[in-house]
Amino acid sequence: MSQNLPAAGAPAACRILLELNGERRELEVQPWTTLLDLLRDQLGLSGTKKGCDHGQCGACTVLVDGRRINSCLSLAVMQDGAKVTTVEGLAGADGLHPMQAAFVRHDAFQCGYCTPGQICSAVGLANENRAHTRDELREQMSGNLCRCGAYPNILAAIEDALPTLRGQGGDA
Amino acid sequence: MNTLAAPVGQPLARVDGPLKVTGQARYAAEFGAPGLLHGVVVCSRIARGQVLRIDAREAEALDGVVLVLTHENRPPVASYDKPYQDDDAADGSPFRPLFNDRVLYSGQPLALVVAETRELARHAASLVRIEYRQEPHQTDLLAVREQAHEAPEPPPAPRGDFAGAFAAAPVRVECEYQTPVEHHNPMETHASTVFYQADGGLLVHDKTQGVQNCQRYLEQVFGLQGRIRVLAPFVGGAFGSGLRPQYQLPLAVMAALKLQRSVRVELSRQQMFTFGYRPRSLQRLRLGADRDGRLQALAHQALGQTSRFEDFTEHEVDWSGMLYACDNVQLGYRLAALDVYTPLDMRAPGAAIGVFALECAMDELAYAASVDPLELRLRNYSEVNGNQGKRYSSKELRACYVQGAERFGWAQRPQAPRSLREGNQLIGMGMATGVWEALQMPASARACIDADGRLQVSSATADIGTGTYTAMTQIAAAALGLPMEAVEFRLGDSNLPQAPLEGGSATVSSVGSAVHQACLALRQKLLDAAQQSPASPFTGASLDDVAFANGSMRLKRPPYTALALERIVGVSGALEAEVRVEPGEQRKNWATATHSAVFVEVRVDEELGTVKVSRVVSAVAAGRVVNPQTAGNQIVGGVVWGIGQALHEETLIDHRLGRYMNHNLAEYHLPVQADIPSIEAIFVEEHDSVVNALGSKGVGEIGIVGVAAAVANAVYHATGKRVRELPITLDKLL
Repeated sequence: MSQNLPAAGAPAACRILLELNGERRELEVQPWTTLLDLLRDQLGLSGTKKGCDHGQCGACTVLVDGRRINSCLSLAVMQDGAKVTTVEGLAGADGLHPMQAAFVRHDAFQCGYCTPGQICSAVGLANENRAHTRDELREQMSGNLCRCGAYPNILAAIEDALPTLRGQGGDA
Repeated sequence: MNTLAAPVGQPLARVDGPLKVTGQARYAAEFGAPGLLHGVVVCSRIARGQVLRIDAREAEALDGVVLVLTHENRPPVASYDKPYQDDDAADGSPFRPLFNDRVLYSGQPLALVVAETRELARHAASLVRIEYRQEPHQTDLLAVREQAHEAPEPPPAPRGDFAGAFAAAPVRVECEYQTPVEHHNPMETHASTVFYQADGGLLVHDKTQGVQNCQRYLEQVFGLQGRIRVLAPFVGGAFGSGLRPQYQLPLAVMAALKLQRSVRVELSRQQMFTFGYRPRSLQRLRLGADRDGRLQALAHQALGQTSRFEDFTEHEVDWSGMLYACDNVQLGYRLAALDVYTPLDMRAPGAAIGVFALECAMDELAYAASVDPLELRLRNYSEVNGNQGKRYSSKELRACYVQGAERFGWAQRPQAPRSLREGNQLIGMGMATGVWEALQMPASARACIDADGRLQVSSATADIGTGTYTAMTQIAAAALGLPMEAVEFRLGDSNLPQAPLEGGSATVSSVGSAVHQACLALRQKLLDAAQQSPASPFTGASLDDVAFANGSMRLKRPPYTALALERIVGVSGALEAEVRVEPGEQRKNWATATHSAVFVEVRVDEELGTVKVSRVVSAVAAGRVVNPQTAGNQIVGGVVWGIGQALHEETLIDHRLGRYMNHNLAEYHLPVQADIPSIEAIFVEEHDSVVNALGSKGVGEIGIVGVAAAVANAVYHATGKRVRELPITLDKLL
């Protein structure tokens, strides 16, 4: 693969270390590869979605050290040493993450394409502990577009799961 | 017969929910293979002209770039129109990607750069130089309104004497409305992954609403009959964008055939603006009424845009001839050709914009006649579709008005505009009616119960988020009295029994009917099988004598024997039934439609002109609802679309360049979470024994229809200002 064969004069691939979904991973990445492309193309973790590649839709939201970020706006090399959680890393051995379960219960999606980003974003929001009113939740979830328009159900799912998550105080 | 028992009608969680919330649901660009190549499309920078030269030397020189495909080196393709005419083709000559050197619109695909990685392909695509001979173009509908022609599919014929009745009417309204180009923008961009098989056949993962439509298209265009299989188990939204094969599909296939390797082509978000869209429209409404607001005359003329190669038509003005009682009606629909791509069906095509204009005009009439807008609609209520002269098979629109109004608190609304405010917030309430066809298309389904008693039902339909997997599982489980867990529904595979395009709110009606009938046919086979055993208590029993419930077949008469289906197939082995269901003959005597009443409250900042929708109630009559939870989600989604149409969405074109300016998700404004208030969807009870055996009409479109008008009417009520051009942005209110 030419991934390992940069054109003459191009910078060499970099080695980075990630704690990815609880697993220590030593990875070789090109300096131009985004975290999103690393996940989707190189590691086959296609749960993280690409909707715009420009940080405009939120479908690629993942958690980095518990904070939600648009993985399309971060180069993979910038996350060397970080703890990255994707939608694939949320469910535990005992079943779905409370936010995932709430999304199913409230039918908080239709096509499912924005869903991983919505869920990661909602878990990140729980960690931030900033949004308390319904309008604050709406505002702080507005970086995640849902073209199907499942917003009211997404909001209901988040409101349902938040008390449980804040009780846990974990960073997923 | 107890064929529509639970779980039909229950608000069950989606059967595909766990896959979607864990990231395991895989979409068209998420299937891989060792050595998979990646293609990136190079699009035209001019709107009309000719490609003189494509210089790909710099791109081809890069290590890892495998191919730069253009009209000069592509594999052979069909040249006549017919092979390109898919199931949703418009009249005319379909676009043929990489066919020749002609440039028909800005954004047209002119080359595909194929490389070992997507990043490399993208970089290489930026190095492809194209020389053009540019020709003058026209992309502005307003500039060509005098050069329009009749649409090939004309609207219903005039009835009565519009001109005479309009001239004589004591109350008259005459207005012009404009709606902009809108793009579908599903969250998943269009993509095709083509696996080149050892035998030269192709296994294709495509983002589509019709796997068999794409299969036929590829077979015809490339002469590959019987060698194409198309899969689409999950589709990340479409709203009509997947009704026709989009150009990434033939491009990926061209590359795969030329290289004899597997190739994926994913479009960028920007490229999602380089094919079909909702066309811009100009509409003129003339309503004449008596002093009580009863319609005496109605004329609705629409002008829509189309491309120079196809005439795209939709039902835009037809609704005005069927929604209300009126004896003197004149409908007109013309098209003007521009140097643009052909428009494409987009959620509630035609109705979303045509009913917007009609329902705004009705609001204007309500004020002209000094009648409450809801009362005006009741005075003009019709039990008959005036276009067809047929009664509706069912029409519980009156119940929608009553229940919606009560839930919303419409009775408290003062009629005068600008009569409600809170500080600098002007508050307004508006309403509108919605209508959509209740279609049924021929469809097939197969039901197979295996020796373990598990039921597998299948049809080549799609689930674009509409809940097809879940609804079909419910219908099948109900028909055979099995728990949901014992039933699996498969879709999105062109090898499965025939299904129509997943669109037009017709999937439950069409495919659901086929699933239902296939399961009923399987009942007969189960009964036959049970009767094979000697001294069977079922000997001599007909289907009317047995019930299917709790996983068993039970005699409804003494000795009331119940036999688990598992035990029947344990002896007989797997049983299978496949049926094809055509729309019933009885439909021909009736008009069939879904209806809604939408009530909207807005808050308009008096100083800033910002509009915020603060409350919506949508009451819908759609026959039997298979799953109130997923169907309710469809209605709410439709309302969100209507809010976007009313306040946000508009694809802006720079007519000097003939190209879109806001082709991204930051500048093409979609509603976000903060834009959406509480939305209440109500399904009124509606019984229909005509539409299909399920009595179910479908809900994918009806949610959006009328919403933009209700918002616009609420804005008028808040501010006293009529905005007749969508979207209603703050500059139009200040």
